[in-house]
Amino acid sequence: MNISRRQIMILLPAAAVAWKYVLAGTPEESPNYKMSDHWWSMLIDIPKCIGCGNCVRACQTENDVPDKNFRTWVERYHISDWQMANPLGGMTNPMTDPQVISPDGGKEGFPVATDESGKYFFVPKLCNHCADSPCTQVCPVGATFISPDGVVLVDQTYCLGCAYCVQACPYGCRYIHPVKKVADKCTLCYHRITKGLTTACCEACPTGARQLADLKNPKDPIHEFLKTHSVQVLKPQMATGAKVFYNDLDGAVR
Amino acid sequence: MSGVEGFMYPNEVGLQWSVLIVLYPFITGLVAGAFILASLERVFRVEAVKPTYRLALLTALAFLLVAPLPLQLHLGHPERSPEMYFTPHSTSAMAMFGYVYLWYLMAVLVLEIWLDYRRDIVLLAQSSKGLLRIVYRVMTLGSKNISERSLAIDERAGWIVTLVGIPSAFLLHGYVGFIFGSVKANPWWSSPMMPVVFIFSAMVSGIAGVMLLYMAITKLRKLMIDIRCVDTIAMYLFYIFIIDFSLEMLDLVHRIYEADESFRSLNFMVHTQLYIPHIVIQICLGTLTPIILLGITQVVKLPQIARLRIYSVAGCLTLIGIFAMRWNVVIGGQLFSKSFLGYTTYKMGLVTREGLLVAIALTLLPLLFLWALVKLLPPWPDESAHATAAPN
Repeated sequence: MNISRRQIMILLPAAAVAWKYVLAGTPEESPNYKMSDHWWSMLIDIPKCIGCGNCVRACQTENDVPDKNFRTWVERYHISDWQMANPLGGMTNPMTDPQVISPDGGKEGFPVATDESGKYFFVPKLCNHCADSPCTQVCPVGATFISPDGVVLVDQTYCLGCAYCVQACPYGCRYIHPVKKVADKCTLCYHRITKGLTTACCEACPTGARQLADLKNPKDPIHEFLKTHSVQVLKPQMATGAKVFYNDLDGAVR
Repeated sequence: MSGVEGFMYPNEVGLQWSVLIVLYPFITGLVAGAFILASLERVFRVEAVKPTYRLALLTALAFLLVAPLPLQLHLGHPERSPEMYFTPHSTSAMAMFGYVYLWYLMAVLVLEIWLDYRRDIVLLAQSSKGLLRIVYRVMTLGSKNISERSLAIDERAGWIVTLVGIPSAFLLHGYVGFIFGSVKANPWWSSPMMPVVFIFSAMVSGIAGVMLLYMAITKLRKLMIDIRCVDTIAMYLFYIFIIDFSLEMLDLVHRIYEADESFRSLNFMVHTQLYIPHIVIQICLGTLTPIILLGITQVVKLPQIARLRIYSVAGCLTLIGIFAMRWNVVIGGQLFSKSFLGYTTYKMGLVTREGLLVAIALTLLPLLFLWALVKLLPPWPDESAHATAAPN
């Protein structure tokens, strides 16, 4: 194979970029990980989400998530225009009545939108890793807990499978694993983040709509982002101390 | 996805708590209610209900023995349930279950039954033969003294146990209500009224249950039903039912008038999927009808046979109504999405671990236990002496 000097000049930088990504996908040993140095959260930039479902697929592959259950999923909201509801002059309220779909958790993307009125946007969902989580509160044996670095985890060797935590989660993020018969949920890819990697969903997101953030790290770009953007959490009235922050979250989202 | 209308969060489609979790509050409610009826005689000196005193205690015990079974069958890992005793989680309402249950079983019910039956057990241990004799001798726990003085002490101790038992019965069932009422994520459950409503509905179901059992057993024994006794029970049932219904209606009216963010969703559910179990069975058939029927017996002087028939019908309807109430709480609370944008359906299995057949078996099991308990510890004072003469 003859490769010209000119071709090498083009290929080498490309190979270097590719190698960087190979390395990024290889878990690093991090024996120096100190839980008390971190307080994990996630930032979701709604305008950036294109609903491709990469995150859902990556999560299912990485974490061996059973079919029909989801550690993360994507919803598509359609907020239609205000319309006359009845001949007496009342109007519909699209804010309280959004049309939401999430076919197979958005794993394979979404059907083409046909209604041109109103607006469409995607909302990726996952465990909010609440600081005052109602799910860990109710567990009768303490099998689910908040780790010192702020991640809500389940000790599956200890869980009774009573499903009280599933009932207590306001966001529908938990399920009973159909084979293991224990509570299962997003771990924020704990096996990855403790090795210096990001989560599978963040890694797979092509637009950077999902970003893992460490609130204890003063250099984390999240601090600047929170200062300069209008950021909200889901169902703030639940007072769960949710740590998944949504940029540009529409009031209709629940 | 089948059975889903509107939008559910994807993990919400299947229900987590099945018909077995409906049975759990139904059964503990019967326990608490039966005990309260027993305490009417013991603590509040309502002499008229004396014929049902022992039966009520045995009924409570029979149902209490079955109460943990639906929970065990529901657990993903039943073998890990002892962890609730060994490593209870201090912030969990559910972690209290084991302790409340054991307290109620051992410190209240078994102790009270033992104290009340101690004289009979000692006599039966002397008069019976074979294996039964050993059983009774074990049950005496080595205490054979049935002198006047020791029986008086039993009586006094039993009274204290009952006195402790009343708040314990409230605790047992109020706690079950709290398990649901404290789930802030679920607006159908989340209400401080829940434990109170559970306690009163428990009294209603327990009183109706024991009344029916007393009438049925007396019929089977071909004896005369003590009409003064059932009249009194029916009167208590009527008044407690009114309090229970008022509390439930207060909760309902409050929800309708406040109409918070969940209201449209819940309202839709009550008008569609829950219409039959909630409006028709629970409220109309299971609450209003028995209240009206019992009300008639309170204001109109009816012949004895008519009263007995009304009590039977009202009692059965009451039990159906209270079961429907448990169903509507447990199943109803899982039919709507926490996004308030959709609904799912409950598909009950037939022969699965949490299916219909198991539920029916668990409902009948306490009656089997009761039959055994009645054989072992005859609740009829006049027959206790020669009851053991019968081979079974």
